[in-house]
Amino acid sequence: MIVYVTRKLLLTIPLLWGVITLIFILVQLSPGDATDRFFTPETPPEVRAMVMEKWGLDQPVGVQYIRMLTNLLSGEFGYSIPQERPVFEIIGEKLPNTIQLSLVTLFFLMGTGVLLGLSQAVRQYSWWDNIVSVVSLFFYSMPTFWLALVLILLFAVKMEALPIAGMTDPVMHAMMTPTEQLWDRLVHMILPGAALGIAGAAGIARYTRASMLEVVQKDYVRTARAKGAAERVVITRHALRNALLPIITLFGLNLPFLFSGSVLVEYIFGWPGMGRVIVDAIFQQDTPLIIACFFVYTLLVVGGNLIADLLYLLVDPRIRLR
Amino acid sequence: MNGSGTTAEQEVPAANPSGGLFPGCRWIGLLCPGLGHILAGRILDGSGFLSLLGVCVWALWGGAQGYAQFEPLGSPKFSAHPWIALGALILWPCLLWWRAIAFALRGGRDIRLQKKQEGVSQWTLIRRRFVRNRAGVLGGYLVLVLILLALITPMITPYNPLLIDVGGQLSAPGWRHLMGTDEFRRDIFSRVMYGARISLAIGFIAVSISATLGTAIGAISGYFGGLVDQALMWVTDLLLSLPRLVLLLAIIGFFRAAGAQSLFLIVVVLGLTGWMGVARIVRSQVLSLKEQAFIQAARGMGLPTRILLLRHLIPNCLAPVIVYGSLAIGSTILVEASLSFLGLGVPPPTPTWGNIVNDGREYLRSAWWITMFPGGMIVFAVMSFNLLGDGLRDAMDPKTRQTGGG
Repeated sequence: MIVYVTRKLLLTIPLLWGVITLIFILVQLSPGDATDRFFTPETPPEVRAMVMEKWGLDQPVGVQYIRMLTNLLSGEFGYSIPQERPVFEIIGEKLPNTIQLSLVTLFFLMGTGVLLGLSQAVRQYSWWDNIVSVVSLFFYSMPTFWLALVLILLFAVKMEALPIAGMTDPVMHAMMTPTEQLWDRLVHMILPGAALGIAGAAGIARYTRASMLEVVQKDYVRTARAKGAAERVVITRHALRNALLPIITLFGLNLPFLFSGSVLVEYIFGWPGMGRVIVDAIFQQDTPLIIACFFVYTLLVVGGNLIADLLYLLVDPRIRLR
Repeated sequence: MNGSGTTAEQEVPAANPSGGLFPGCRWIGLLCPGLGHILAGRILDGSGFLSLLGVCVWALWGGAQGYAQFEPLGSPKFSAHPWIALGALILWPCLLWWRAIAFALRGGRDIRLQKKQEGVSQWTLIRRRFVRNRAGVLGGYLVLVLILLALITPMITPYNPLLIDVGGQLSAPGWRHLMGTDEFRRDIFSRVMYGARISLAIGFIAVSISATLGTAIGAISGYFGGLVDQALMWVTDLLLSLPRLVLLLAIIGFFRAAGAQSLFLIVVVLGLTGWMGVARIVRSQVLSLKEQAFIQAARGMGLPTRILLLRHLIPNCLAPVIVYGSLAIGSTILVEASLSFLGLGVPPPTPTWGNIVNDGREYLRSAWWITMFPGGMIVFAVMSFNLLGDGLRDAMDPKTRQTGGG
């Protein structure tokens, strides 16, 4: 077990290095840099040279690259020039918000998806199965940003039931009791979470349904039925437990999609998270921040996949470690 | 559904020897494709044919009206290309009528009944299995309708999509403007229809690039193994571990700084970032095929590697690639729309579905139609491709299940 985890962790090092190098090359290829916004065409070249020297941008590319790698190795993410703050501080502030939104959404979509898929598979080709199939295909095909706009139009603009944007109430939040604050946060999370999670939940439902239908045909399910086990026990104990195994892998595979979606959702709902940070950083050519964001995203995805692998190992004793 | 096709083959013609409830059903198809199907009880196929025919008639009507009544499409970028539209209008009815005409030419005999059922090829089996899947067939019809709409766009759009000042500002949907107008007084319907051209073209071209690239990389990686395999799979894993939209944002953001944001760039970048799934599928296929006797035999005969890969290995991996491709077109359309929505897609005056939604975002309260119609078209298009892809997957390999989009 420990050997397996260590090997997986060691394998992420070349992966991270590759990601960082790729992004570094991209940034270097693009014209201009983060200091452009300080200058006008009238800026004297001496001032320009001084600023470049201050941030080390006058060094050859190779030196900049080595310096960046050594800085990252010592846990130093650098300094964001446009935001005039250390990158570590920015990420430390925004990352929890994204993780909060993503995790809540992830559990919501896994739970809903599995329940829906299960309820469909139990009665294949019933009216419920058909309706849910059509509806989930519909939501599965829906662009995240459009769903977000529809939700805003329906629930925030027309019905005025839910807040339109933000993470907390900008005025009242500071004056609330802790329970009210928690409630405030939850209410603000409903629309972004739904926009982010519904398509994923539809996907999981489709997958669970297919997985269940396959497992239900297996011999051990027939054996369980032949022994006279109650249908409920057969479904939950024998069929579902096996059908859920491949779903665990989806838990990890869903992460990149979730982060892709969170960029759009955070942009639309004004959610102060990583998605907004990275979009702004790309627009401002903020190299250290871009690289740090990609570093964090890769770590999250790889970590999520590792957790999914470990869960799989824990749940399925048939799998041997390689 | 259940594997062997041969038992199912005989059921279909046997249940419907004359093609319907009464003998004349199949002849009615000559008058109007689809009507015979509906009379014979095959509502889905019938309405599919009818809707295709309806779009053609609408186009002819709209073309006749539109060219006389409204301003001609002046902008050189959106010149009407009437021959494409006309060609499509001739081709699609032929597509609709050929079954009925062939039936009539045979003097009303159903030739399929007399064919021997043995010795059918793999692709025939796949086609038969696909035709029996009603959802997949529906997806196929919808995709055909979409392609037809995109081809005949100049005939059915009453206004130039780029032309400012064709109607009132932010006027609601009505007869003059089927989907209303936006803040620049442009006709949303015309913009959405031209958007279909661009979004579909991006989807098809980008997926062709990524499917070709993915097949090549997967086949090379699986066939050669060793260090080549490890290097290629490292790149694949690397790109897979990044959220695709974020990666695209980074790439396009940098090109934008260089002032090189264009339709061409979007297509190429979408193509170059979507091949990883195909590569993995093809690699695993090649790994298992490599050990099979016919490949061993071909190798033993001393065939050059190039022939072995192109003639023997890759053709046998194509089924999952086609399935993946049809599903990937849907997800590519989604990603392109997301990019356009963030302002990093196709540059603004050009109408794409994502651009139009982005335009309408500010007017969500006052003018819902700007956002809702193009968004609805995205859902419609992606759903059609997903239905088609699911149908193809069930037909080509009933055992595989999808693990995630592109």
